[in-house]
Amino acid sequence: MNNLAKRIIPCLDIRDGRTVKGINFVDIRDAGDPVELAQRYSQQGADELVFLDITASHEKRKLLKELVEKVAATISIPFTVGGGVSELEDADVLLSAGADKISVNSAAILNPSLIDHLAQQFGSQFVVVAIDARLEENGTWQVYRNGGRIPVGLELFAWAREMQERGAGEILWTSMNHDGTQHGFANETLSELGKQLSIPLIASGGAGKPEHFADAFTVGNADAALAASVFHYDTIPIPVLKAYLAKQGINVRR
Amino acid sequence: MKTTIIKYNAGNIKSVSNALTRLGMQHAITDNPEEIRSSDRVIFPGVGEASTTMAYLKERKLDILIKELTQPVLGICLGMQLMCNHSEEGDTPCLGIFDIPVVKFRVDHKIPHMGWNSLEQVKNPLFDSSIEGKYVYFVHSYYAPAAPETAAISHYGIPFSAALQKDNFFATQFHPEKSGDVGEKILRNFLNLQT
Repeated sequence: MNNLAKRIIPCLDIRDGRTVKGINFVDIRDAGDPVELAQRYSQQGADELVFLDITASHEKRKLLKELVEKVAATISIPFTVGGGVSELEDADVLLSAGADKISVNSAAILNPSLIDHLAQQFGSQFVVVAIDARLEENGTWQVYRNGGRIPVGLELFAWAREMQERGAGEILWTSMNHDGTQHGFANETLSELGKQLSIPLIASGGAGKPEHFADAFTVGNADAALAASVFHYDTIPIPVLKAYLAKQGINVRR
Repeated sequence: MKTTIIKYNAGNIKSVSNALTRLGMQHAITDNPEEIRSSDRVIFPGVGEASTTMAYLKERKLDILIKELTQPVLGICLGMQLMCNHSEEGDTPCLGIFDIPVVKFRVDHKIPHMGWNSLEQVKNPLFDSSIEGKYVYFVHSYYAPAAPETAAISHYGIPFSAALQKDNFFATQFHPEKSGDVGEKILRNFLNLQT
């Protein structure tokens, strides 16, 4: 018997202290105050939150510690902070500010041993590795860094396995082909990736309808599903989504 | 009422402190023995590795202090595991408040056990019947098996102790400070215990 619930995770992309949402990593629109949104999601039954500072990585700007402190003081569910974590000290600042986990993306590609060091110092449970990958015309999933701007010559499956071996506690995989389309998650690839990992896998990219979440859990076998715009614009209220998933026989926290 | 969070190298002190602040509960964060002994409620948080954390506690004689406390004490996560008699993590002798060995999950599921799981067979006074079946947030790779001191059970391939209680010592494997409204209710129950 296993009663561990599938997790629903709203993602807040942060730029200059505001929540924003882009489509396929471009055309960025304003989507509100992050602390207000975080509180609303928490009250609606979100299981966890992810804050990604999308400007941090390519503009070399550190995440606003203040924002993390405000969120930690306000909400009573776990949250992950990512964007521009490139050394142990960045992680330490975020942990002290109240983050439960950090998410590392580009910095892990530039310096893979960062993940070993983060896991040793803070524990694997603190380290989420985020991977952006695109299905190329040659049929392989290629990893990109800097918010999907730069292909790095790594293949998704091998890279996710390496990150697990180095001490990642979770993998957050975004399919760049699916992100922003609202046509569903990359379920077949999710399922395949999950089989190759012994750590939890968070599905990201493509949520548009409640059925898409159900598919990510049943077909994709994901441990958690992440989405942004369907929650920001209230296309799918979280209580409605959870009621739907429960009706499908999927174990969710209610 | 004076509530104290024991200050040591645990990773979740800030989160526990934030949760108490949200409950409107003034509290101190200290490793001063006198202040801890004179508190009405003591919270022993914990996120980290068992052997290094036990060594840290011993160095500061906090291990003896915690065992001798007579007011209600709440251990959280690693705090609960350290209140048991031994942890398989780093083969570490622990405080022995609960005569239970902490062992690693050997189940056909992903490790760590991370996320929201439900509480079953909950016992007073930390839990009331409204908490039966409710979900709380866990992150751990080691667990305390079911025992006479078990105050709530969760299932992850096997049933394990989600909470323990013996005399004035209470402990949760999950994080009440990260478990939304249900967690806040459990913290409030602890703070409101009749002594």
